Amino acid sequence: MQKSIKRYFPVFVLPTLAAFIIAFLVPFMMGIYISFCKFTTVVNADFVGLNNYIRMFRDKDFLHSLGFTAAFTVVSMVTVNVTAFLLGLALTKGIKGTNLFRTVFFMPNLIGGIVLGYIWQLIINGVLKSYGVTLTSDAKYGFWGLVVLMNWQLIGYMMIIYIAGIQNISPELVEAAKIDGATGLQILRKITIPLVMPSITICLFLTLTNSFKLFDQNLALTAGGPGKETQMLALDIYNTFYGRNGWEGVGQAKAVIFFILVAAIALLQLYFTRRREVEN
Amino acid sequence: MLELSKGKSRILTVLLMVLSALFITPVLIILMNSFKSKLYISDAPFRYPTSETFAALENYISGIFKTGFLQAFGWSTFITVGSVALILLCTSMTAWYITRVKNKVTGMLYYLFVFAMIVPFQMVMFTMSKIANMLYLDNPVGIIFIYLGFGSGLSVFMFSGFVKSIPLEIEEAALIDGCNPLKTFFGVVLPILKPTVITVAILNAMWIWNDYLLPYLVIGNDYKTIPIAIQYLRGGYGSIDMGAMMAMLVLAIMPIIIFYLTCQKYIIKGVAAGAVKG
Repeated sequence: MQKSIKRYFPVFVLPTLAAFIIAFLVPFMMGIYISFCKFTTVVNADFVGLNNYIRMFRDKDFLHSLGFTAAFTVVSMVTVNVTAFLLGLALTKGIKGTNLFRTVFFMPNLIGGIVLGYIWQLIINGVLKSYGVTLTSDAKYGFWGLVVLMNWQLIGYMMIIYIAGIQNISPELVEAAKIDGATGLQILRKITIPLVMPSITICLFLTLTNSFKLFDQNLALTAGGPGKETQMLALDIYNTFYGRNGWEGVGQAKAVIFFILVAAIALLQLYFTRRREVEN
Repeated sequence: MLELSKGKSRILTVLLMVLSALFITPVLIILMNSFKSKLYISDAPFRYPTSETFAALENYISGIFKTGFLQAFGWSTFITVGSVALILLCTSMTAWYITRVKNKVTGMLYYLFVFAMIVPFQMVMFTMSKIANMLYLDNPVGIIFIYLGFGSGLSVFMFSGFVKSIPLEIEEAALIDGCNPLKTFFGVVLPILKPTVITVAILNAMWIWNDYLLPYLVIGNDYKTIPIAIQYLRGGYGSIDMGAMMAMLVLAIMPIIIFYLTCQKYIIKGVAAGAVKG
């Protein structure tokens, strides 16, 4: 069978591969190379060694955005997942209207980041107005604004995944525990949570990478303001590239570090939570 | 799962109702403000329009003209539909091939596609937009090809996962009966892949329709998609026309909600399936 298919490589694989090479593979490798260069377009790159990386670590904006992004990611990971898990539990109890609730909670997830950002800009500014401040008066408003926005967007998505996980647990197991006299909390701790560990892995992974890579929402909600205090990593990279003349190389160096961070965090997190999964 | 007593389930229902109301409120506030005259929006976003502040469709008309919303809607639709169609066709074929033909090249390709999934866009945005420009891909047709390259990682991965679960015997029977691989793929394999096709289509459509940075960098100077048109309202440092902004937000959300309510079953299933695979 393999032999008869094999000749068809140009039909089955070549179109995808060509697009993949042009849009991803070549830009990726060039991206690594030019992070060691000084350039304004890709054709006039001069090799400068580690210069860009040294400038990057001296750049206060970069270090600040790294810290801001890390704090934001931790907070939104916890809040999104705790809420989504509780909603998942609530919506698997067979309450009337479960489908309607699920529909409503998931809806914001389909709205794009730019639109989400402007929706919350109006609402948060409206609330803050009574205190005489705005979103960009202080970095803490932007920070919690982003957290609220992220929760609104992601809770529904994660909830769907938790519901699927909880529904997979065999009812006999819960029944048996109840007969043995387990309380609701014990069942939750000893049965539900261990058995939905695969869902928890996925949800943590998705919230982690989504929060860490956030761009559109950041741009629309605060655009980094006040100053650059609420600028997250992705936005900082963008502004380094397109907002500062002579910093293109530094922008690319930041992007390389950004990629390494995302890849390392994702792999570590998958490794640690996968270890805690049990066979259902 | 655990059954609840009547009282408890009533309390839970009330709690969920309050929470759902909170979830819908932001959209309703935007809708309400889109009918207020632009000067009254930022000042009192939570107040109902009165006869003094009511602006009828004024914001919608000025917003549509200011942003070129109708063209943006057209380009967003064209790019999303074109890209999703091309991604579905090409990546399902590729996934089948690299799963069925086992050698070093296909093995390496599989890992390359998986690798591409974790690379953030910022890593390639500068070089990719320059290459797109050099190869004359910086137009609405060219960008479809770029989306194929970018979307191929996740899509090939998801199709491959499903192809592995299809028993070989079905395809072998078709091939022995004299079908060539193309006929086998389109006649036998693709129909079995249908649930995955829907999942991959929904995930890609959600991403491409809402994508801002990629189209902005590649075609943003000449063509606006909806997210670009909305961001364009912010402009330079001046104040934003809040009236036009509210109207455009409503127009941007409406097609998504209509799409969601009509294909809800598939979207929720698709998301759950996509996440389990991811």
